[in-house]
Amino acid sequence: MSRIETDVAIIGAGPIGLFAVFELGLLDLKAHLVDILDRPGGQCTELYPEKPIYDIPGLPIVTGQELADRLMEQIKPFNPTFHLNQMASGLEKLADGRWKLATDAETEIVAPVVVIAAGGGSFVPKRPPIAGIDAYEGKSVFYAVRKMEAFRGKNILIAGGGDSALDWTINLAPIANTLTLVHHRDGFRAAQHSVNQMRELAAHGKINFEIASVKALHGDNGQLRAVTLSNAEKKEWEHACDTFIPFFGLTMKLGPIAEFGLNLTENLIAVDTAKFQSTTPGIFAIGDINTYPGKLKLILSGFHEAALMAQEAFHIARPNEKLRFQYTTSSSNLQKKLGVA
Amino acid sequence: MKIIATDRNGAEHIVEGRDGWSVMEILRDAGLPIAAECGGACACATCHVYVTGDWLEKLPPKSDAETDMLDMALAVEPNSRLSCQITCTPELDGITVTVAPE
Repeated sequence: MSRIETDVAIIGAGPIGLFAVFELGLLDLKAHLVDILDRPGGQCTELYPEKPIYDIPGLPIVTGQELADRLMEQIKPFNPTFHLNQMASGLEKLADGRWKLATDAETEIVAPVVVIAAGGGSFVPKRPPIAGIDAYEGKSVFYAVRKMEAFRGKNILIAGGGDSALDWTINLAPIANTLTLVHHRDGFRAAQHSVNQMRELAAHGKINFEIASVKALHGDNGQLRAVTLSNAEKKEWEHACDTFIPFFGLTMKLGPIAEFGLNLTENLIAVDTAKFQSTTPGIFAIGDINTYPGKLKLILSGFHEAALMAQEAFHIARPNEKLRFQYTTSSSNLQKKLGVA
Repeated sequence: MKIIATDRNGAEHIVEGRDGWSVMEILRDAGLPIAAECGGACACATCHVYVTGDWLEKLPPKSDAETDMLDMALAVEPNSRLSCQITCTPELDGITVTVAPE
């Protein structure tokens, strides 16, 4: 367990969480960010790294990845700490009035201010809509491969047609007893060399490849025995396996934030439009996760919200100090913080 | 033009489309459970619908990007489409779609 004390804990390292670091940094507030993904950028880098965005002021065209890269460059002087691959899992008020934000990797961040910039929530694996799948999860159905050894000697079924499905087909084939890849078409959304490698394995009988979908799971007490596969040609048949690993990418779920005791409206956090504070003092919500009259889910709205949030965050974190409003164009103090003066 | 959409409970909704808009935008704005996480960029597969009746053959064919992205959708069938990639036109008046499972 690691316990960190800082000024602001930010949940979400998407564009708005990143820009919040900048606005807080100008006011000398230090930030720690927590994100479930393995890199900063949020939806911009996870969902559309190559897609152009046209409505960022001053950047007529910028891709999701470029925007994240630019923001990382912009906040570099403030040296924020990232806690990646971690889900914010609990929020608790301490006796001294500060907040303790816990993550599922046992990080604890203690801060007077918490900023929720979690967008559409946590990115979690998509769960196939197969009846009763939850009973098998964690026992014989897995959405990720954490330790390859756990899969040695298993009769594995992998579903999906993306890079994860193909990479794990290739990596697990040598240690599995049997391995079958199932995908709904004979085409893949994956690196060509992975596709070639998979076809090679199939041609040599090291794996089976079926063009089909998984319709039902069969087993007892969470232990899979077989699945029903189906396609247009063979209709339905049973396929024996003891381990099922579906790879259908990620989707967003609000997750543990729903249990933080905040005032939620349709899974969004209600805030005021002067400070972007939730109805719980010290807890702010900016970007796509908040709601207020007139809210537009635009990145630029989130940037504005971050700037106003930072003003109030300063009053909470530095109750005895006076806040002086300054411009980066003219303030040598701010320029020194940015490392340009 | 009208879109006849069946939700996940089997209830039918008749929604007024707008030429040039995507079917995803129309369904989402009508309150149907279309997540459309990426906002219509053909980048997330959370606006997956089944095009029913004989409407599938009246649609322009899928782009490679849509075919690829459908690999990330669940319960894909031959009549699966991403509704952000279907543009409302007068010819599609009466199109029938079913929201795919989550």
